Amino acid sequence: MTLKNYNSSHFYDELLTPDGKARPGSGRLISYLKKTTNDNLQKRKHAAELAIKTMGITFTVYSEGENIDREWPYDIIPRVISLREWEKVEAGLKQRLTALNHFINDLYNEQKILKDKIIPRDLLKSSKNYREQCRGIKPVYGVWAHICGTDLVRDSDGTIYVLEDNLRVPSGVSYMIENRKVTKRVFPELFEDYNILPMGDYPSQLFDTLSSISPRPMDYPEVAVLTPGIYNSAYFEHSFLAQQMGAELVEGSDLVVGDDECVYMKTIGGLSRVDVIYRRIDDLFIDPEVFNKDSLLGVPGLIRAWKKGNVALANAPGAGVADDKVVYTYVPDMIRYYLDEDAILPNVPSFSCDNEKERKHVLANLENLVVKPANESGGYGMLIGPKSSKRERAEFARLIKARPRNYIGQPVISISTVPTLTENSIEPRHVDLRPFILHGDRMYVTAGGLTRVALVKGSLVVNSSQGGGSKDTWIVAPNRD
Amino acid sequence: MLSRVAERMYWFGRYLERVENTARLVNVNANLLLDLPKSVKHIWDSLIHITGSGELFFEKHGKAEERNVIRFILADTSNPGSITYSVRMCRENVRTTREIMPSESWEQINELHLFVKQHANNAQNREGRHEFLDEIINYCHQINGFLSSNMSHDETFNFIQVGMNLERADMTSRIVDVGCMDLLGHKETIPDAFDNILWMNVLRSLSAYQMYKQHIHDRVNSNDVVSFLIQDEYFPRTVAFALSELNRCISILPRNDHALRQITRMQRIIGELEVEKIIASEKLHETLDDLQIELGKIHELVMHTWFDYLTDSETTQEAQAQS
Repeated sequence: MTLKNYNSSHFYDELLTPDGKARPGSGRLISYLKKTTNDNLQKRKHAAELAIKTMGITFTVYSEGENIDREWPYDIIPRVISLREWEKVEAGLKQRLTALNHFINDLYNEQKILKDKIIPRDLLKSSKNYREQCRGIKPVYGVWAHICGTDLVRDSDGTIYVLEDNLRVPSGVSYMIENRKVTKRVFPELFEDYNILPMGDYPSQLFDTLSSISPRPMDYPEVAVLTPGIYNSAYFEHSFLAQQMGAELVEGSDLVVGDDECVYMKTIGGLSRVDVIYRRIDDLFIDPEVFNKDSLLGVPGLIRAWKKGNVALANAPGAGVADDKVVYTYVPDMIRYYLDEDAILPNVPSFSCDNEKERKHVLANLENLVVKPANESGGYGMLIGPKSSKRERAEFARLIKARPRNYIGQPVISISTVPTLTENSIEPRHVDLRPFILHGDRMYVTAGGLTRVALVKGSLVVNSSQGGGSKDTWIVAPNRD
Repeated sequence: MLSRVAERMYWFGRYLERVENTARLVNVNANLLLDLPKSVKHIWDSLIHITGSGELFFEKHGKAEERNVIRFILADTSNPGSITYSVRMCRENVRTTREIMPSESWEQINELHLFVKQHANNAQNREGRHEFLDEIINYCHQINGFLSSNMSHDETFNFIQVGMNLERADMTSRIVDVGCMDLLGHKETIPDAFDNILWMNVLRSLSAYQMYKQHIHDRVNSNDVVSFLIQDEYFPRTVAFALSELNRCISILPRNDHALRQITRMQRIIGELEVEKIIASEKLHETLDDLQIELGKIHELVMHTWFDYLTDSETTQEAQAQS
């Protein structure tokens, strides 16, 4: 299969240099692709689709009033990152989550960072994810966000930027693991030649992290994954993680808080105490006693039990306060403030519309910027300046002026590409990367992460809910032989 | 095991069994109709009574006729005894507990669901109905067989079996009840010559004819048929057999004393029934009514012990109130 016509124009390509040479770590994969035929690749693609079907890897899309389980879209050509580069990224991710957890803990306790005026107090007042009910709580190790999914992108000059931190209920890790399984089936011979870092131990790392925050010290505390149920788009993942960890998959109605303010599961053998809850339900629905009164998903009294220290919640309620596009702009300052270090991974330069001067800049340059709402995820409610119509820009100008705190502007990042198989050729498609970071008594970063790819030519939107797919991600160590 | 999951497994078992029983019942009765004299019309009433949905049916329809009864039993989604409804409930209970069962079984249940959805309306005409119902029975056998040879026979599996066997015992007692009402109650309209055919029909409704003939060599007669369907310990669709299955499944579950006691009690009642006397004194209907009440108690105890989350002392009170 020839790669002669492969051209990623001014975008940085993850596997190939502009003059068509393989980047570090990609050599064997590229020479394999060059040697093989389109027929062979299409056959393997077909095999992959079949594997995904039989393995039942799905995601749920809600459309036209019905939930549809779709097969997970996946491209067979992996994305490669050399171990050398990855080590730096890994250090950067750990540094970042450490600082974020310091920040959250500080915010709900002493609020030193506000007193020292590093971050304006107003920001807190207007944060949608700040929970006053959590003031004064001190979770073990000072850690609030135990599971974090950080989105990374690479600009045309090769710099890797942090696009956002997902500290509420980040999803995608099951697809990362399943992608690897599928790739192993599709390209077994490449795994023989390569030193690819394994990633299958994530569920046991997750279990260890969750165990480490158990209020009752024991080897196998009772860990439960709390799901909103089958209608949630990430239900596949909830069930996958519960199964892989050997934890119970529970819904709110399976749990009850006893008179002793401990949390119990209703089992056929009677009530059984739960130590750690990996909750995949948003804060606001977790306990109708405290938050959304009408929530049927949550458990009445859960927050009481948590405050008493009888149950651990991951992520802790209120952790989402740092998962806010405006707070994001302050992360480099937090790293300096709490750790006295410079950020290893840079932020995408951002303009906070809350700040008058920066807002003026955003409004004057809407055509060239990406405007994001502060509290949305999944790529919803964004304006991509260069691709927008006049009317859309006018609409966003109105929105920004009405609620400046809700928006930030960022320059358009020319996000990098990876060779992707189309019907009869290999073409560049844009990607991002979501590694997952765990923080309990220790820290752990997945070897690579979930590479999401915009399967539509020229598109920059990688979200699976909006036509994106995914790729396996290889962290490749140099061969020792 | 979570109570919620156990409850869904139980209902899955019940509904799957209901689908199969209902399909067979309609099939056999439709065949029977071809044999009976044209003056016999009450067979459609009987079908409605066997499925225990008389009230619902007659609220909607004035008179039981082939068309409306078949429609009601095969395709009416407001009838919890209908095949369409039961299949949907089967699927819904598994859908919410997919990770518990082997994934192939989910696919099979899905196929059954699609099949019924596509064909339930066409099957209301006589032609094609037989094939449709046979196919449904095949699907049920396939699912059952798959589960029993590919799923660990653990608590999860046992809850499916508990649901299935309770449903089975319930259905058998209804079929006997209605069959006997037909035969013993319509003496004047049905010529004696048809007795034999009708009893055979009762047996066939439960796929029991062949096994009956092998075990009881005498010609088909009321005493033997009733005794066989209630008391025989070897044929899997008899009440006695279902009870011994229930006993076996429940004996490995935790906190089973109340439920187990009720089952044993019922096994004793059944063992002591003197069928010949009961039929002679025309008390069969009453006796079967009593049996259904006893089965209902088992269902209640299963609900209260494992699903509803009453405390132990409440369950005891409940059990005492019932006995």
